[in-house]
Amino acid sequence: MKLKLNIWRQKNREDRGEFVTYHLDDVNSHMSFLEMLDVLNQQLIEKGEQPVAFEHDCREGICGACGLVINGYPHGPEEGTTTCQLHMRHFKDGDEITIEPWRSKAFPVVKDLVVDRSSLDRLMQHGGFVSIRTGSAEDANNTLIPKEKSDLAMDAAECIGCGACVASCPNGAAMLFVSAKVSHFALLPQGQPERKRRAIQMVQAMQDEGFGACTNYRECEAVCPKRISINFIGMLNREFIKASVLSGAEKGGKYRSK
Amino acid sequence: MNRLLDAYRTSIGKKFVVAVTGVILFLFVLGHMFGNLQIFVGAERLNAYAAFLQNLGELLWAVRTFLFLALVLHVMAITQLFFQNLGARPIKYRVKKTRETDLSARTMIYSGPAILAFLIYHLLHFTYGSVHSDFIHGDVYHNVISGFAIWWVSGIYILANILLGLHFKHGLWSWFQTLGFAHPKYNKWRTNFATFFAYLIIVGNVSMPVAVLAGWIQ
Repeated sequence: MKLKLNIWRQKNREDRGEFVTYHLDDVNSHMSFLEMLDVLNQQLIEKGEQPVAFEHDCREGICGACGLVINGYPHGPEEGTTTCQLHMRHFKDGDEITIEPWRSKAFPVVKDLVVDRSSLDRLMQHGGFVSIRTGSAEDANNTLIPKEKSDLAMDAAECIGCGACVASCPNGAAMLFVSAKVSHFALLPQGQPERKRRAIQMVQAMQDEGFGACTNYRECEAVCPKRISINFIGMLNREFIKASVLSGAEKGGKYRSK
Repeated sequence: MNRLLDAYRTSIGKKFVVAVTGVILFLFVLGHMFGNLQIFVGAERLNAYAAFLQNLGELLWAVRTFLFLALVLHVMAITQLFFQNLGARPIKYRVKKTRETDLSARTMIYSGPAILAFLIYHLLHFTYGSVHSDFIHGDVYHNVISGFAIWWVSGIYILANILLGLHFKHGLWSWFQTLGFAHPKYNKWRTNFATFFAYLIIVGNVSMPVAVLAGWIQ
């Protein structure tokens, strides 16, 4: 099939960037979207031009490295899939495809379609972890977890941190990402020691990184390759309000009535 | 107190304020509507109701102050969130499509200021009477009938109340989400609740100017 591609090209962080149009003549419908870009890059290299920079790693939909806004949808027109798992059979001969990087103040463009997503890593540093006992491993099933809880925690833990939620949100909010992390740990016994601190600190960090605020558009859920539910955003709101407004001071010695 | 200010500094804290004040304002609109629907009973009933409210004295002013504060907080928090969101995506997409966002969600930022402008007009029109051509203090029934008899005045009220209903459709659904009442068990009920009250407000409030224009009440 033949395709017309409008691709965002930007030399470096400082460059203003622009859209460049490319024509591809022999695209195989069995190719993945990234393989189609590989073909384009091979042609560019042979012509002595700079190939289009894009991020990718596992190419099997589990690492979260790839991510392009394809014709207005993060990860493309198919629901519940990553860019690497999107195949060219979902496009038609003669299609015009516009490819853009994630757009967010918190995700500055590094080059072409590659953005710097370390803001998500910094959010994780504010509470996306649990404290564990070091030393020899515990016996399996030593900590009992109800099946429903572990299933629900796993639904949240499916998040691969690709940032499509931020890219799709009309407000550039990172609520779905943070809600997945906070909910994941809040549901499990291992997450309890840092539970309140995690909710407060990750939400505050989200503010400091320049993400927007949620206005319940539900676009994040619609593009999430792992179909993380916005019910977790409800859970995050609950966790945050409980931790920051409703719960009493719990520092030693301050929990007295007088 | 510091903890509350720290919470307000975050987007969830501001949204909490928007949600709580939004519910207060919604309950007022609902009560206001049922009070006004007494116009269908007759002039005596409506004017007696108005006199009853006026005679509440200090309580009336306490409620007015409370509602005014709720409105100020609602507008203040949402304005701050609006500017935060404006700054979160400095470079726009060339092509951006949405899958879920409906009309009511998309228009919140327009319906909000429009309703605020209407509220000011509404107070000048029926409370102070300064933009009313035939205002008789204390005769609410007369003021409503003669006010709505002008077609474009009724038009403003009809349009404003459709926007108000649209605002509530997204607002009432979001209210549950923001306060954390989101669970698969009653999410469907949540959508129905928001839609029902949005239409109730529209039908109830629009019925009054329509009834006057159609000559059903005189």
